[in-house]
Amino acid sequence: MKKLINDPADVVADALRGMAAAHPELRIDHENRVVFRGDAPRQGKVGLVSGGGSGHEPMHGGFVGMGMLDAACAGEVFTSPVPDQMAAATTGVDGGAGVLHIVKNYTGDVMNFEMAAELVAAESGTEVVAVVTDDDVAVQDSLYTAGRRGVGVTVLLEKLAGAAAEQGRPLAEVAEVARTVNAQGRSMGMALTSCTVPAAGKPTFDLPEDEMEIGVGIHGEPGRRRVKVAPAREIAEMLVEPVLSDLEFSGGDGVIAFVNGLGGTPLIELYLMYAEVTRVLEKSGVTVARSLVGSYMTSLDMAGCSVTLLKVDDDLVRLWDAPVRTPGLRWGV
Amino acid sequence: MADSLDVAALEAWVREFARSVAEHKDELTALDSAIGDADHGANMDRGMSAAVAALEAAPPADPAALLKQVGMTLVSKVGGASGPLYGTFFLRMAGVLGPDPADDETFARALRAGLDGVVARGKAAPGDKTMLDALAPACDALDAALAEGQPLGAALAAAAAAATEGRDATVPLVARKGRASYLGERSAGHQDPGATSTALLLDAAVTVLSGSAG
Repeated sequence: MKKLINDPADVVADALRGMAAAHPELRIDHENRVVFRGDAPRQGKVGLVSGGGSGHEPMHGGFVGMGMLDAACAGEVFTSPVPDQMAAATTGVDGGAGVLHIVKNYTGDVMNFEMAAELVAAESGTEVVAVVTDDDVAVQDSLYTAGRRGVGVTVLLEKLAGAAAEQGRPLAEVAEVARTVNAQGRSMGMALTSCTVPAAGKPTFDLPEDEMEIGVGIHGEPGRRRVKVAPAREIAEMLVEPVLSDLEFSGGDGVIAFVNGLGGTPLIELYLMYAEVTRVLEKSGVTVARSLVGSYMTSLDMAGCSVTLLKVDDDLVRLWDAPVRTPGLRWGV
Repeated sequence: MADSLDVAALEAWVREFARSVAEHKDELTALDSAIGDADHGANMDRGMSAAVAALEAAPPADPAALLKQVGMTLVSKVGGASGPLYGTFFLRMAGVLGPDPADDETFARALRAGLDGVVARGKAAPGDKTMLDALAPACDALDAALAEGQPLGAALAAAAAAATEGRDATVPLVARKGRASYLGERSAGHQDPGATSTALLLDAAVTVLSGSAG
């Protein structure tokens, strides 16, 4: 393993020190490992809290700031944060209008956020609503599984719900925006290589040089099938078609098309993939309203990408265009 | 029947589990790499090390306080799924144990309360390829052995054997809970890491508690 680290046990703490140094506009609680907006809590504004295992940067800490999250909790690498962190984040961003928890659908994240909400309810009067993202079509959805994983839609949701909160919408409406975004978005990912968790020291799974993993998760969980490496145009079809067939898209529906890098794929390949994705969308009569291309939800050093499509109406497009100022996403300011 | 599962005996159990988790850390992580996210060994070791450190910093006075402290430490330090699940397990055990040394039957009831807590928190059932596949048969075996009038040592050995058998039986199962469930059929053929750490918990009980009560 070759990585820019000191000690594998200190990766998260060391990286948070770097974030604090690079972004003095943020306030970082190093003890609880929570990244706060510098001006939190904002009176009268709904607070947005997310969090999850580390290793997905810029998600979530890189999305803290004006127009997006108010706080993000950083867990160990690929491990959900603990309820104490989430409770500290929640009370720290409560400006009297309630707090929205944005939770990716993983067993650990859901249980820890549930325990945090119970803790906050017992200790203060803060109103908390949780929205769980579960947009990964690679996972079969069924009552008998942990359900679909929360992936790319989470990034879009944090931006859109963040904009709604910034406009001063009440908690119920911000939560409604979040639920709508989750219901109207779907994702599918693929990997060319495994990632290497610093504490493990070696790749999480073996992937032969000429094979790729389709339907991969963002924690090095292997995907649902392994196939020979193919040209980008064929990979785009393997990713877009399951998304389109899972969510009814009718002619004229606008989408936000999001091609996300998993950490080890250069931007030139992501743009190349985006070209192939738009070609498939055009063929299917789906109109792209807005786009996002880059590595926003990563899986450490994994090479590969995911494609997310989110159906949007005029309100969501306006929320997308609204100003945002965070380390990871920044426009209109 | 002697009331001798006291705070010292239970502390020895917690310490032995922590030692065993540290010893098997790489094995737990390797199992988790195959069907999960390669962190079970590191997380359990971090949590149990913190639990032992907390015991040294502030030694609890009685069995309930001891297991409550262990549970709270795991909830606060581990994260992931194993933090809330193992944390809830010890917290629920603490709820049954009370301030006095436990007899065999009380210990068995506490273990089952821990099992019920894991079921409630994780919403899983036996056969889902989780820690329950080791914990549920262990509780059943412990109850059955005590009902037959066996001494605690023999009853715990039966419980640990049942946990190990349950752990091994997770190999062919298709996971229906946790991250392994994302693999669908591909999760079959691998031993569940959570069931593996739970078998270590029962083995630790045999090692240190066998001679304590009767």
